[in-house]
Amino acid sequence: MTTMGLLLALSFVASLGALGFLIWAIANRQFSVNQQDAASIFEPGEIGTPDDSTAFQSHKDAKQQGFDAARARIDEAGHKVVVLMVAGAVLALIVGSLFGLISSFKLHLPDFLADSAVMTFGRVRTMHLNLVSYGWLSMAGIAAAMWMVPRMFRTPLRRPNLAFFGACVWMTATTLAVIAIGLGYSEGAEWLEMPWPVGILLGIGGACMAIALVDTARHRQVHHIYVTAWYLIGGLCWFPILFFIAKFPGLHAGVQHATVNWWFAHNVLGLWLTPLGVGTAYYLIPKIVGKPVFSYAVSLLGFWGLALFYSQVGIHHLIGGPVPTWVVTLSIVHSMMMFIPVIAVAINQHGTVLANLWAFKQSVTLRFVSIGALMYTLASFQGSLEALRSINSVTHFTHYTVGHAHLGAYAFTSMVMFGAFYYMLPLLTKREWPWPRLLNLHFWLVVVGFSIYFFAVSIGGWLQGMGLLEVGRPFGDITRMLQPYLQARSIGGILMTFGHLIFAVHIAALLLNKQAVRSVASVQPAAIAETV
Amino acid sequence: MMNRLLPIAVGAIAILAFATLMLVILPGIQIRIEEAPAGLQPYTAQELAGRQQYVNLGCVYCHSQQPRSHEQTLADAAQGWGRPSVAADYVYDRPHQLGTMRTGPDLLNVGARLPSADWHLTHLYQPRAIFDWSNMPAFPFLFEEKAQAEPGDMVVKLPPEFRPDGKTIVARQPALDLVAYLQSLDRSYPVDNEKNAVRDQGFAKRLEDR
Repeated sequence: MTTMGLLLALSFVASLGALGFLIWAIANRQFSVNQQDAASIFEPGEIGTPDDSTAFQSHKDAKQQGFDAARARIDEAGHKVVVLMVAGAVLALIVGSLFGLISSFKLHLPDFLADSAVMTFGRVRTMHLNLVSYGWLSMAGIAAAMWMVPRMFRTPLRRPNLAFFGACVWMTATTLAVIAIGLGYSEGAEWLEMPWPVGILLGIGGACMAIALVDTARHRQVHHIYVTAWYLIGGLCWFPILFFIAKFPGLHAGVQHATVNWWFAHNVLGLWLTPLGVGTAYYLIPKIVGKPVFSYAVSLLGFWGLALFYSQVGIHHLIGGPVPTWVVTLSIVHSMMMFIPVIAVAINQHGTVLANLWAFKQSVTLRFVSIGALMYTLASFQGSLEALRSINSVTHFTHYTVGHAHLGAYAFTSMVMFGAFYYMLPLLTKREWPWPRLLNLHFWLVVVGFSIYFFAVSIGGWLQGMGLLEVGRPFGDITRMLQPYLQARSIGGILMTFGHLIFAVHIAALLLNKQAVRSVASVQPAAIAETV
Repeated sequence: MMNRLLPIAVGAIAILAFATLMLVILPGIQIRIEEAPAGLQPYTAQELAGRQQYVNLGCVYCHSQQPRSHEQTLADAAQGWGRPSVAADYVYDRPHQLGTMRTGPDLLNVGARLPSADWHLTHLYQPRAIFDWSNMPAFPFLFEEKAQAEPGDMVVKLPPEFRPDGKTIVARQPALDLVAYLQSLDRSYPVDNEKNAVRDQGFAKRLEDR
């Protein structure tokens, strides 16, 4: 009891200290950001012009196209590496979706593909997770970052060859990780299954790309660092530390390994994939509607709040388990505190979209991004509630958690990345989407597919959780009860996978088709041309 | 501060360092000083080999190894999954396999609950030969089909409809190892109050309050 009291007191004092520092810093204008800084991603005179080539082509006047031409010159240095990462990400998404679909089928058809160890449920599910997290989401996020950072900072990507090398190494590492897991060389901790030598390779690849990004930021031609870049800087600092400590061979054992495992596995979402998604949305929403975010000062609260509170929520995965009570309680308290940064981000992003609903109706790209951002709010609220002991007793150990994970990683991060690719690729390649109607088809397939998926596992998972709390309920009874929900989940998964195939085919057509060149005017505002 | 790279990076790293202290280092120290309870034996070489099978086949994605306390729910004990586990129960576990999912039952005490090797071999070869409702994968690749069992072979007992055209099913070494590990899962020995303190007792408080 004494230790518990002391540790909670220490945590309280440290938090008070951090809060005091924050107040001091704001009072001394250390943190001063103002509404003008929110406009730093726009060229002078650009505000008021919506920007999404598939939706607002007619809005573009010669001046706007001039901005595109100038930015196209900024894009040039990073062109090769961004295209490589985009291609790799989409490939990982397709293969990852197929593995996800197979594991979903196996839960209601257990003898499907049962003859080989490679295709057993425990391995297919794990290959799915590694492909979509380290393959699709991470690579899509890094690709978007390597495209946004030079544009935000108005300077071409530095060390593009190093970044290209890093991208190749990262893709090799992800491939090796999946092969190793398939062959049974798993290290056995969730989210950390890849063998540690492969982890080193992943680290080297990530470091090369990070060096290129940091070097670009150091040569920036704008004074203010836009909010998107805070999240990217945060993610770049956090992920390597998390990964290094959690993967360190031979260091962890027993329940201590479990605490490291969940400290990592929750932070890889909160401090890596979330910053990539939130940061990308912070850039794209204002760019597409052509207006700066609603209240820029609030974004400070969103960023520092995320860092302070999200970093301590991981142990809510071990509620009721063999870990000290104080650390579980600490994580539950911080899970509740997450409402603060999440509401801050919500005010900014949803406020901006709500004030410009006309753009939401016209631009499918904006629909992907802003619905993704909305799902960040919902997934975070849901996550905070799931950390309450009373709710956790029902939802822990069930498919409800799987639904929550997909609400965050799919409905939020993946949707934002779909939108990012649809916005970015025409500008990067100077080509138009060959079949703009496919954007809508992709959108509806994944929205309907995911809705079926989410409600099936959430309702089924909740009933499963109630069943597991019921004294004397036979286990087989719960398994039988779940069957229709698991079948519905597979149907949702099929629709989502179809959506991904359309996405992939469309991107392949855009990248390979050399005909449909964008009409880019040759006008170049002198002010921008100088910085290139 | 938000106009310079270094302060953002330093702030971000400092916050994560604090979280690491609270979530990794301090609980790590508290947990790692725990010694094995008197009733817990280290795994044998064969059990460790079997544990490796358990890890690489991904059993953890459907089976937890952490029964809940009676303060949280009476259901875990009623299923026969055993007393609530404490940190000391896992001192020999590398990697940990606590799990977060119960598509199947909790297995921390499966060795005490289901001690029969024959039962486990049949169940691993084809779970639906025992429970028609089971959605556990079958693991036929851990076994081999023979026309006739040889001396020393461990024959899997199967109802006729699950036996492929008159052949005999024999356990391969990985199946035998895995069963040895499952049989070793038995934390039914008692633990003293001091060891019992290192588990989440947040639900006990609530029971007192009521």
